[in-house]
Amino acid sequence: MARIALNVDGKAHEIDADADMPLLYALRDDLGLANPRFGCGLAQCGACTVLIDGEPSRSCSIPVDALAGRKITTLAGIQKDGKPHKVQQAFIDEQVPQCGYCLNGWVMTSVALLEKTPKPTDAQIRDALTGLKCRCGTHVSMLRAIKRAATA
Amino acid sequence: MTIQTSRRTFLAAASAFTVGVALPGARAKAGVVASRLPLNPERLATYISINPDGSAVGWIGKIDMGQGTDVGWAQMIAEELDLPVEKVSIVQGHTDVTFNMGGASGSTGIWKGGAAMRAAAAEARSVLVGMAAEKLGVPADQLGVDNGVISAKADPAKKTTYAALVGGQHFDTLLTWNKQVGSDLMVEGKAKPKAPKDYRIVGKTSPHRRDVAEKVLGQHAYMVDAKVEGMLHGRVIRPPVAGAVPVSVDESSIAKIPGAKVVREKDFIGVVAPKEWHAVRAARELKVTWSDAKPPFPGSNKIHDHIRAAPTWKRDVDKEKGKVEEAFAKAAKVFEAEYEWPFQSHASMGPASGLVDARPDGVKLWSASQKPHYARDGVAKLLGLPEDKAVCVSLTGPGSYGRNDSGDVVMDAAVLSRAVGKPVRVQSMRHEGTGWDPKAPASVHTSRVALDADNKITAWYFESKVFSKRDAYNNEGDPAFTLAGQLLGVPLKPTIIFGGPDESYGFPAYLKISNIIPPLLDRASPLRTAHMRDPGGPQVHFAVESFMDELAYHLGMDPLEFRLKNVENARDLAVIKAAADKAGWTPHTAARKQARGDVFVGQGISYASRAGTRVAMVADVEVHRSTGRVWVRKWTVAHDCGQIINPGLLRLTIEGNVVQSTSRALFEEVQFDDKMVTSVDWNTYPILDMKDAPETVDIVLIDHPDIAPTGAGEGSTRPTAAAVANAIYDATGVRLRRAPLTPERIKAGMA
Repeated sequence: MARIALNVDGKAHEIDADADMPLLYALRDDLGLANPRFGCGLAQCGACTVLIDGEPSRSCSIPVDALAGRKITTLAGIQKDGKPHKVQQAFIDEQVPQCGYCLNGWVMTSVALLEKTPKPTDAQIRDALTGLKCRCGTHVSMLRAIKRAATA
Repeated sequence: MTIQTSRRTFLAAASAFTVGVALPGARAKAGVVASRLPLNPERLATYISINPDGSAVGWIGKIDMGQGTDVGWAQMIAEELDLPVEKVSIVQGHTDVTFNMGGASGSTGIWKGGAAMRAAAAEARSVLVGMAAEKLGVPADQLGVDNGVISAKADPAKKTTYAALVGGQHFDTLLTWNKQVGSDLMVEGKAKPKAPKDYRIVGKTSPHRRDVAEKVLGQHAYMVDAKVEGMLHGRVIRPPVAGAVPVSVDESSIAKIPGAKVVREKDFIGVVAPKEWHAVRAARELKVTWSDAKPPFPGSNKIHDHIRAAPTWKRDVDKEKGKVEEAFAKAAKVFEAEYEWPFQSHASMGPASGLVDARPDGVKLWSASQKPHYARDGVAKLLGLPEDKAVCVSLTGPGSYGRNDSGDVVMDAAVLSRAVGKPVRVQSMRHEGTGWDPKAPASVHTSRVALDADNKITAWYFESKVFSKRDAYNNEGDPAFTLAGQLLGVPLKPTIIFGGPDESYGFPAYLKISNIIPPLLDRASPLRTAHMRDPGGPQVHFAVESFMDELAYHLGMDPLEFRLKNVENARDLAVIKAAADKAGWTPHTAARKQARGDVFVGQGISYASRAGTRVAMVADVEVHRSTGRVWVRKWTVAHDCGQIINPGLLRLTIEGNVVQSTSRALFEEVQFDDKMVTSVDWNTYPILDMKDAPETVDIVLIDHPDIAPTGAGEGSTRPTAAAVANAIYDATGVRLRRAPLTPERIKAGMA
């Protein structure tokens, strides 16, 4: 066990954990931040996605001791001044999620996409989101939502 | 969001949900009592209550799985009560406050659950108006209701309110109950529900779903987030060869993991630890010696040969009409084809989790099962407790499309909790979620028609040779239906059933049979079967609707024209025409093999009915010439489920069905070798990726306000695979009779 410092959604935390424990378990089990969820533990699905210094990252596959000085943002941390991020608002307006378990991957990756490419084409959106999983099959409404967010 | 439930509130969850509890000295008033409980399926109070502020609660023993069924229930209740829909809240699934109405099951949410709630709400309104009539001295038929205010039509100053009449108290009215528990439960009151022509709320898209913003903003409480004081994390250890049982366990192998302990009971082995990561490590590092089990499986590449050669366990005649044998004996020609479907996995977005606090005098469980009342019953049976000493709190899971792994994991947690005397939360790992969930069965289907000298169809024979569609049943209401129960040695209770096609082809004679074969491994099998979205439907209708296409071409007919000529039901005819018209169907009597650059394009049609709901689908596909990749670029779906409650949510439900079933048609096949399932993650069990998502899903909704609604949760899963296969044929001339319709199979066909 080691003493580990983490900066999550603008707050500093310290936990005792195995150095090789994936970040996801620190967020959920130690810090009680439940938004990132376990989907596969293999970086294959995106349910555990957080932003690390703005980059969408799979928290299930990043050891907790590799994050000193890094800024971690979860789904709950992308709101600004209590207002949903425009990607979140578009997902609400389009009534996207069914079970919603996968949302972290899609929302966080879309947030990062629109930061870099504010007006993405359909192909750019599909490309950016390749590899993420949604089992309920909400892909078509997600495409609508991301296009909506890009024009918001 | 973490759910903190202290141990003091054990078995007291009811207080959190119950609007009114027994009030000492409460005023006795005709038709009203102080308590909603105990739940009794004949009591109106079991289904509907009025809060002190005049708003209403619908209490329903069913579950919405993310399609907004709860919004539909609220609309149906609000309509009958003449309340704004915002004033109707829905409590669903919690077993201490809702009666067992089957959970999510067979697309019965609106169809049966909604019908019961509608009848109850209509009765509630009638009771309220009757009470108002007495109070105001105005005959009931001269009273009107608006927004919970009941007033005399002739003198609106004479008025009272729902709140004033019964707010916070409970209807003492009895309903007529059909004596069914579960999905088939139905109640009726003396009052008739409104005529559809008077609807103001039913049939409208607004309002939005109530869980969406919470989910998107990261505020929704999921099953995985449930925590209780003193809880341990558990994991279950599965064998490397299906059917192998533990011979010895080396507990010292996890001695260095803080707090980790082994639980072994008969053939069940699990570990617990205070920290989740330590439970994960303990499960990985525990050394177990397994019995030398004979590998039980033929391997997924030989599964259909196995099915063809297997003995029939049970033969069911699903439908029979006319003299089939005679027609085949006299036939000038027989046309026949055989189709194959693989095992498929629910592969829910996350592997299942469940939390159980088992005590000698009672048990509380938290589950994402789509049938929480059965989860409660199964765990109570396992622990030898009466049903009233068990409570299940129903929480949102990682998607549920039938009897997935949720039902197993809650039983695992119960075994672990009983053993360690503490609450235990189990979350499976991915390899269990895909490798060990109950599967949709693999099958072989033969379709055969007798033709006379004029090429007229005289008889149709359809045979499924298949594993039971639910040898692990459709719920976890008995330990025998779960892995844990089977590992503890309870007697097996397999259900041997499959079921035939549902369409309205009016051939003069037909025989539809299911020959059901025994499971590959009868106890604790990773290939045990249970319900998966539209159980049996994709299998059967891939075969039927591919065959109808083949037959049409064989007879020199256009596939659309052939269907229109042979379906008998007017609604079936209308739904097929609607899909074809919207899609811009171009008649053709042979594969067109149209090339646009590197791709072939084609169009295919398919249709099916399902328990009263009719769906026709047209796929516009692109097949890449060199890679064999298929993209269903555009879907056109015509959908008739009778009366539409909420068209907006219905469209989204259909879209989800269509995309998920496209994934099943193109990508999904559970792989296994002789020892074990080898589809254990998203690489070995791929599903549809964003790059494969359709560009357009055009939906035509056919509304019949005067026909009672039927289900929409599964109907548009049914015709998908055949429409894609038929479109691939039109594009390439390659007829694929085995799903999934993979690039390798297409390339092999084109070679």
